[in-house]
Amino acid sequence: MASALAERMQKSFQEHVQEDLLMDCMRCGFCLPACPTYITTGQDETHSPRGRIALMKAVRDGVVKWDGSVEEAFDVCLGCRACEPACPAGVQYGTLIEETRHAIKDAKPTTLKEKAIRKVTFDGLFADQRLMTGTVKLIALYQATGIQKVARKIGFMDLFSTQLKEMEAVLPKISLKKPKRETTAISTKVAFFTGCLMDTMFQQTNQRTIELLNMLDVEVEIPSGQQCCGALHGHSGEVPKAKRNAEKNIRAFDHDDYDYIVQNAGGCGAFLSEYGKLLGTEEAAKFSKKIIDISSLLVKLGMVEMLPQSKNESSVIVTYQDSCHLRNVNGVWREPRALLQAAPGYQFQEMPNAAGCCGSAGIYNILQPEMSNKILTQKMKGVIEVAPMKIVTSNPGCLLQMKVGIEKEGLSDQMEAVHIVDFLYESMINYKKGV
Amino acid sequence: MLLWIDEIRGIVGDANIKTSAAHLTSYSYDAAAGFQSLPDAVVSPASTEEIQKIMLVCQKYLVPIVPRGSGTNLAAGTVPTNGGIVLLFNRMNQIIDFDEANLCINVQPGIITLDLCNYVEERGLFYPPDPSSMKISTIGGNVSENSGGLRGLKYGVTKDYVMGLKAVLPNGDIIKTGGKLAKDVAGYDLTSLLVGAEGTLGVITEITLKLIPLPQTQKTGIAYFHSLEAAASTVSEIIAAKIIPATLEFMDRGTMDAVELFMGLGLPTDAEAMLLMEQDGSTETVSSDVAKMIEIAKKNGATSSAIANSTEEALRLKAGRRSALSALARKRPTTILEDATVPRSELAEMVREIQRIAERHHVEIYTFGHAGDGNLHPTCLTDIRDEEEMQRVDAAFAEIFEAAIALGGTITGEHGVGEMKSPYLEWKIGLEGITLMKSIKQAIDPNNVCNPGKLFAKSTKPRVVVHYG
Repeated sequence: MASALAERMQKSFQEHVQEDLLMDCMRCGFCLPACPTYITTGQDETHSPRGRIALMKAVRDGVVKWDGSVEEAFDVCLGCRACEPACPAGVQYGTLIEETRHAIKDAKPTTLKEKAIRKVTFDGLFADQRLMTGTVKLIALYQATGIQKVARKIGFMDLFSTQLKEMEAVLPKISLKKPKRETTAISTKVAFFTGCLMDTMFQQTNQRTIELLNMLDVEVEIPSGQQCCGALHGHSGEVPKAKRNAEKNIRAFDHDDYDYIVQNAGGCGAFLSEYGKLLGTEEAAKFSKKIIDISSLLVKLGMVEMLPQSKNESSVIVTYQDSCHLRNVNGVWREPRALLQAAPGYQFQEMPNAAGCCGSAGIYNILQPEMSNKILTQKMKGVIEVAPMKIVTSNPGCLLQMKVGIEKEGLSDQMEAVHIVDFLYESMINYKKGV
Repeated sequence: MLLWIDEIRGIVGDANIKTSAAHLTSYSYDAAAGFQSLPDAVVSPASTEEIQKIMLVCQKYLVPIVPRGSGTNLAAGTVPTNGGIVLLFNRMNQIIDFDEANLCINVQPGIITLDLCNYVEERGLFYPPDPSSMKISTIGGNVSENSGGLRGLKYGVTKDYVMGLKAVLPNGDIIKTGGKLAKDVAGYDLTSLLVGAEGTLGVITEITLKLIPLPQTQKTGIAYFHSLEAAASTVSEIIAAKIIPATLEFMDRGTMDAVELFMGLGLPTDAEAMLLMEQDGSTETVSSDVAKMIEIAKKNGATSSAIANSTEEALRLKAGRRSALSALARKRPTTILEDATVPRSELAEMVREIQRIAERHHVEIYTFGHAGDGNLHPTCLTDIRDEEEMQRVDAAFAEIFEAAIALGGTITGEHGVGEMKSPYLEWKIGLEGITLMKSIKQAIDPNNVCNPGKLFAKSTKPRVVVHYG
């Protein structure tokens, strides 16, 4: 039985994991210090990019027989891709881990329960924006009617893991109002990729994204028919489903008359910018080229120069937690910092290891709560050193995770985690009011 | 389960011995291409005493013991060739004693080289050896391999900074060698014996390192040449002018082409060689030394040159050399980085010879390296899956080693012998040298428990007969 699985796994790896990409790794080890799980496990090579690549190759070549320990090594990977900028040989680790997860998913028998969860999540929730909206409305209702308070009181959430409970505690208040979608007359024309979670759970942030861009004379359109970007599917081994979502999105945005397709979620943005690689079509590559994150667009539009360079040093500290994929995949880390440095009324201060993953990593914090927790605890040590009033993030997952971190450390009366759009929006409004 | 594994589990505790398939696989290799062998267990001890106990178990059951830092070795020195235990130092990475009065620091082997450098530099002191892997490598690994780096010419290599050691010998004895002393001639220099022994004579568990004052500042210059000879005579004249630069780095034409393709830095396309020069010290010294070096380069026909006036400019000048390996590594699936070394005066001849050998065997080999100390990195770009090509690569490297030795050089300047270069060791040190080294090994580790299969090959490669003239 076990050896039948091992055989199936080897075949599946041979089918899905590209040997040429594995060969790119020269095992120099330059990725090791960049990997959060390698550092957190006290330098365990098994939980490093070099170790995982060696394991991928060993499974593929039949050097190692598939077992729980091998599977765990792949499961523990955050997928933060911090190893990619550190790699001298240009190994495409993100592609390799996705191919690996695809291979595992294909070869592994799934339990009925897992099948059901995958079906609802990947074919339902994250494939149909109407369903997502409905679900989030239920959460909103749950919060608005006070059931949330009751549920917390009677310990309903005790039924779930601590990690989920902590998550539940920091869910943003969801507005039931649809955002107003205005357009004004203008110079730059962008299409807004609203993102499934951002458009539901963080609707206000999306509304403010549009308003911020309008303030900078940008016309914003929201093409209908857009879907979840498919990142969650891709990262979970559901490659065909990720492709399905990608194709739908490309169709939804199939217009040449946009200067950019803007998004405000680092994880989605990175995945959208790799549609070209995922689908291998010219159309997809064209789509990917137009993708830009909100910070880069605001910098391009001259927002840094527009804000009054704060002359008198404020003692109110703002810091920034990088979105792994925005930084490691799209190379964007200067832009958000430039914006925060320009924001009046704050002093920007870098926190230790801001570039390191916070442990959110999509749904990693739910799948690997223990490791996620360790990484978050380490992260919060850096936060406490800087003692900021605001921790600014560029991705909904990081935002929720940092909120959990603040709550856990009992710091919610001293600081809050915010999305960069909300932070900048308030800066702009205050500036205009002359505060 | 094996009996000895249970005994070792009893010493280090369940959490610190790993035997899962995933662990055995991920400790089966290092940074040397084409070498892999599974250990039986991966063990993380916490102290010298635990290592002593582990050693005694290994002796009792004749289990190989392979010490491993971060596994960046380029000669398969940390591959568990004959199985056994891979011994890790991730729980022995502390600074034990920082002694400003005696300008030294006592550390455990697992500390990362860069962390140590940062620690002492924050306190105004300097630990100069800077192997390219210093962000990842451990001090224990550096000491066991006697690692070099970019600053070798001016500051020497790891052995020049090791003042004392604590080690567990194969028979379980714990010895202390040297100490915090600048002068110490009490008996054989056992410190030197253990430095660079590649873990074959025991396990180093504590290291006392010499520190020096941190240089005030540094300055960078760069020059490009039409010919290898012009670059080489520049190197010789710089030394003859009594300037010892902190670094003097070299790239050949093929390396520059790869860098240009990868980075688009606008490097001159007609240059045959590049020299990157750096001096550290007082502001006046560095300015005058770098100016003089550039002057010498121009006198020798440098086609273009530049001096950095700021840190940013220096970083820009250094960008090409820094990305040399990355640029080369992207060209083909397998990258083999060698470190044949010749006397500084033979630099041009050696680079030329490498080019001729590569051409003769139809393989891609480009050279960069440390011109100041003659330590070159001929880097072969190949595909390990192609057996026929690999045979040509092996033949080319054999000739490169032969050529280096013929020019008064060595088969390895800083990477170590390991398993990879063991068939060539005799070429360098002769049968008498091998016999003496083997008798030292036999005296200290008669059961061949400590890192077996390294340094000494089952058989020496037959020498290739090539005539140079």
